Amino acid sequence: MIRQFAEFWQSDFGWKFRHSPTAVLSFVVSVALVMAAIAAPLIAPTNPFDSASLNLMNGFSAPLQPNAFTGELFLLGTDDQGRDVFSTILYGLRVSLFVGVLAVLFGMVLGVTLGLIAGYVGGRVDGFIMRVADIQLTFPAILVAMLIFGIAKGIIAPQYRDQMAIWVLIIAIGLSDWVPFARVVRGATMVEKNRDYVQAARLIGRKPVAIMVLHILPNVLNPILIIATISLALAIIAEATLSFLGVGAPPTQPSLGTLIRIGQTFLFSGEWWILLFPAATLLALALSVNSLGDWLRDALNPRLK
Amino acid sequence: MTPPPVLSVRNLVVAIPSRSGTSRPVNDISFDIAPGEILGVVGESGAGKSMTGNAVIGLLDRPAHIASGEIWLNGRRIDALLPEDLRRIRGRQVGMVFQDPLTSLNPLLRIGDQLIETIREHLPMTAAAARDRAVAALEEVGIPAAAERLNSYPHEFSGGMRQRVVIALALCAEPSLVIADEPTTALDVSVQAQIIALLRRLCRDRGTAVMLVTHDMGVISEAADRVAVMYAGRLAELGPVRSVISQPRHPYADGLMGAMPSIAIGQRRLRQIPGAMPRPSAIPPGCAFAPRCPRAADTCRLDPAPSLADDPQGRAACWFPMEHSA
Amino acid sequence: MLAFLIRRLVQSVVVLLVVGAVSFGMFRFIGDPVNNMLGQERTQADIEQLRDRLGLDRPVFVQYALFLRNAVQGDFGVSYRQGRPVADIIAERAPATLELAAVSGVMALVFGIGLGVLTAINRNSWASSAIMTLSLVGVSLPTFLIGILLIYVFSVQLEWLPSFGRGETVDVGGWSTGFLTQSGLIALILPAITLGLYQMTLIMRIVRSEMLEVLRQDYIRFARARGLRERSINFRHALKNTLVPVITVTGLQMGSIIAFSIITETVFQWPGMGLLFINAVQFVDIPVMAAYLMLISVLFVSINLVVDLLYFAIDPRLRIERAKA
Repeated sequence: MIRQFAEFWQSDFGWKFRHSPTAVLSFVVSVALVMAAIAAPLIAPTNPFDSASLNLMNGFSAPLQPNAFTGELFLLGTDDQGRDVFSTILYGLRVSLFVGVLAVLFGMVLGVTLGLIAGYVGGRVDGFIMRVADIQLTFPAILVAMLIFGIAKGIIAPQYRDQMAIWVLIIAIGLSDWVPFARVVRGATMVEKNRDYVQAARLIGRKPVAIMVLHILPNVLNPILIIATISLALAIIAEATLSFLGVGAPPTQPSLGTLIRIGQTFLFSGEWWILLFPAATLLALALSVNSLGDWLRDALNPRLK
Repeated sequence: MTPPPVLSVRNLVVAIPSRSGTSRPVNDISFDIAPGEILGVVGESGAGKSMTGNAVIGLLDRPAHIASGEIWLNGRRIDALLPEDLRRIRGRQVGMVFQDPLTSLNPLLRIGDQLIETIREHLPMTAAAARDRAVAALEEVGIPAAAERLNSYPHEFSGGMRQRVVIALALCAEPSLVIADEPTTALDVSVQAQIIALLRRLCRDRGTAVMLVTHDMGVISEAADRVAVMYAGRLAELGPVRSVISQPRHPYADGLMGAMPSIAIGQRRLRQIPGAMPRPSAIPPGCAFAPRCPRAADTCRLDPAPSLADDPQGRAACWFPMEHSA
Repeated sequence: MLAFLIRRLVQSVVVLLVVGAVSFGMFRFIGDPVNNMLGQERTQADIEQLRDRLGLDRPVFVQYALFLRNAVQGDFGVSYRQGRPVADIIAERAPATLELAAVSGVMALVFGIGLGVLTAINRNSWASSAIMTLSLVGVSLPTFLIGILLIYVFSVQLEWLPSFGRGETVDVGGWSTGFLTQSGLIALILPAITLGLYQMTLIMRIVRSEMLEVLRQDYIRFARARGLRERSINFRHALKNTLVPVITVTGLQMGSIIAFSIITETVFQWPGMGLLFINAVQFVDIPVMAAYLMLISVLFVSINLVVDLLYFAIDPRLRIERAKA
C-alpha cells in the first residue's frame, strides 16, 4: 500500500497532481466532504431525525449564540424545529453523495453495457441505441430526470413514495447520464472488434466477448474515470436542483437541495444561516468535484474535450 | 541614372525574446528593390525569408519585433510607424500574396465584396466605381466573365483561379511593392508557371517592385532579376540571378544550386549539403554556415562572416568566396 | 440542400412520434385515461362517449393515433388538479414563460457574443482573464443558487427588486404581457438574469474559443495584409466565420432556456409553464405533464430546424455540398 502510494507519487500523473494547487485543493475538499458524510452519525452532535432529541424551544438559534430559552449553543444555529443545522448538513451531505454516486454508477453500468453492445453487434442494434441517445440528448438531462421522477411517482402507490423517493432519484438521474459512457465504450469497442486477437478467438470457436471486455475496459478506463467524475458533479447538482424543486429527496430524508428549499423560506425573516450553510456546502462539493473532473480531463487525456 | 529604390532595407534585425534568451531569426539584412524589379529571396525553411517579408509589411506576430535597422518605402521610413499608419500602407503601397490560395480567401464572403471592400478602404471611390475597378482587376488577372464572377464565393474557384483572385486582391489598390510569400508552393506544377508569368507581367507593366519569397530556385531563375540567398537569418549572397546561378560565390549558394534538379542539369548527380541549418536560437559563433561548409577554415569558426561589402564583387558574405574562371 | 432538409424533417417527425408515444404511454397506463380527460363532473354517457372517442376497446396503436390526433387539435385532456382543460391552462401560462425566455435569450445572446468577441480580441488583458475566471464559476453554479443569491442581495438586502411574481400584466388580445407596465418590467429583471446567466457564459466561452481559432486563419492575416480596419476584420471577417458552431450551441441553449425556466420559475414563483409543470410532477397531474412534454418537444424540434436553415443562410459552401449529397 505504502509502496504503491510512493509509486503514484513519483509517477508522471503524481507529479502533475502535486504541481496543481487547484487539483490538490479540490481533492482535499472532496475527500473531506466524503469522509464527513460517511462519518456523519459519529460527528454529528445530534441526530436531527430522531424526534425524541429535538426541542422546539431550540428553534431559530443563531450560530454560536446561546439559545434564548434553553441556553444551548449550536455551531451553525438551528432551524425552525430546533434541529441543529450542522447535523442536518452532515446527514444531507450523506444523502446527496449517496444519490450522486449511485446515480453515476448506475448510469455508468448502463452506458458501458449499451456501448459494448452497440459497438460489438453494430448494424441496426447500434443504430437504434445511438438514435435513442441522440433523441435523449436533444432534451436537457434535468428535464429527462424530472419526467422519469414524475412517471415513477405516478406508478408507485402514495404510501411508498417517500420511502422510494431516493431510489427513484438515483434511477432518474442515472438514466439521464448514460450517453457519454456509451459513446466512449462504443468507439473503443469498434476499434477493438477488428483486432487480430478477436478474429483469432472467433476462428478457434471461442466467444470473443469476454476477451474483448478484458481488452477494452483497460483502454477506456481513463475516459470513464473522467466522465464519471464530471458526471458526479452534474449528478450532485441535478439531485440538489430536483430536491430544491420539491421533486427529489423528501423532507423526512433531506439532501442538501431539500435543506436549501427549506432554508429559502426563512430568507426574508432574517434566519440566513438555515439557508447559507447548506448552500455553501453544496457549492463546495459541486465546485471541488467539478474542478477535479476538469483537472483529470486535462491531465489524463488532453484530446478528450 | 538609376531610379530611387521602392524598398530599401538597412541592417534589419528581427528579435524574438524568450525565457532562454533572445533569438534573431532575421539578423542584419540589407537590400534594395528598384521599381519594376523582381527580387527573389531564397533559402531553406526557417532561414528568415518570410519573417523578413512580414517585417516589411508590419505583420510580425508577437513577441517577434523589429529590434534594429531601418525600412524605407518610397523614401519614407516605415519601420517605426504607428499601427494605424502602417495599416494605411498595407494594401495601398505594399500588397501581399500568401502561399495557400485555399485558405487566403474568406470562405463566407463573395469575391466581389472582398475586392470592393479593399478598394474602397484605400481609394476614395463610390461603390459603383469600386465595382468597375474590381471587375477590371479580375479581368487583368485573367478570370473569364469577371463581372459575373464577382458574385461567386471562393469555393467556386479552382486553386489556380483562387490564386489569381488573391493576386487581384493584392494589386487592386495599385501598390508600388508586392511581397509574394511562396505564391506557387501550394499549386499544381502545371499552374505554377502561369501564376509566375502573370505576376511577372503585371508587375512589369505597372513598374511594381516584387519581393518574391520562395524556397524554389526554379521559380527564382524563371522570374527574378536579382536573388538574395538567406541562411540562418543572414544574407549569404545577393546578386543578379544569372551570376548567382551560374557562378555562385558563397559556398552555401553553390550547394543550393547543386541541389536543385532544374539547375543542376549536366551534373551527374544532385549534390546535397551535409547537416542541417541551425535553429535561430542555436546559431554557432563565427559564420553560421561554417559547420556545414566544405571550405571552412579556423577564421570561419571564430569570426562572424564579413558583410557583402567586404567581397570584392560585393555579392557574398564569406571569408573565402568561390572564384570562377570566366 | 432540399434532400438534406427533407431528411432532417423526417428525423424531427420521428422524434415527435417517440415523444408522443412516451406521453401516450403516461396518459394511457398511469392512472385512468377517462379520468384524465373528463375530470370530476361527468355522466355515464360522457364516459361512454369518451371511451368510444379514445378507442379504448380498440388496439393500442389505434388509441395512440387517436391520442395524437387529439393532441394536434389541442385537446390534451383535463387537469386532475384544476379540473379544467389542459390546453386552457397552458394558454394562460405560456405568455409568462415565453416573455421570460425571450428576454433571457436575447440577453444571453447579446452579452454572450459581445463578451466572447471582446475577450478573444483582447485575450491578454487582465479584464479578459477576470471574465473567464468568473465564467468558470458561473458555469459550475447551480441555477437555483444564483437565483437565491440575487434575491438575497437585491430583494432582501437592497430591497430594489421584487423577489416573486410578474408584477402587473396587461391583456393584449388574449396575451397577458408584462412588457407594458413598470412593475412588470422590473419583475422581469432578476428572473431573466438568473435564467440567462448560464446560457450567456456558455455562449461567451464558445464564441471566444471559436473566435481565437478563426483569428489564426490565413484569410484573417490576408485581410490584415490588405490594410483593412481592425473593426472590419474582427466583426465582418472573423465573427461571421465563428457563427456556424456558435449557432449550433446557441440553438440548443435556446431550447434549454425553456427547460431551465422550470427552475427559475420555481425560485421566483413566476406563473409560467415551468411552474405549472413542476407542480404537475409533484401532484402527478399526468395530462399536464404529457402536454408540457409534447409542447416542449415541438419547440425543441422547431429550434433545431431553424438552426439547420441558418447554416445554409450563413455558409455558402453548404448550399453546394449538401445539394450534391
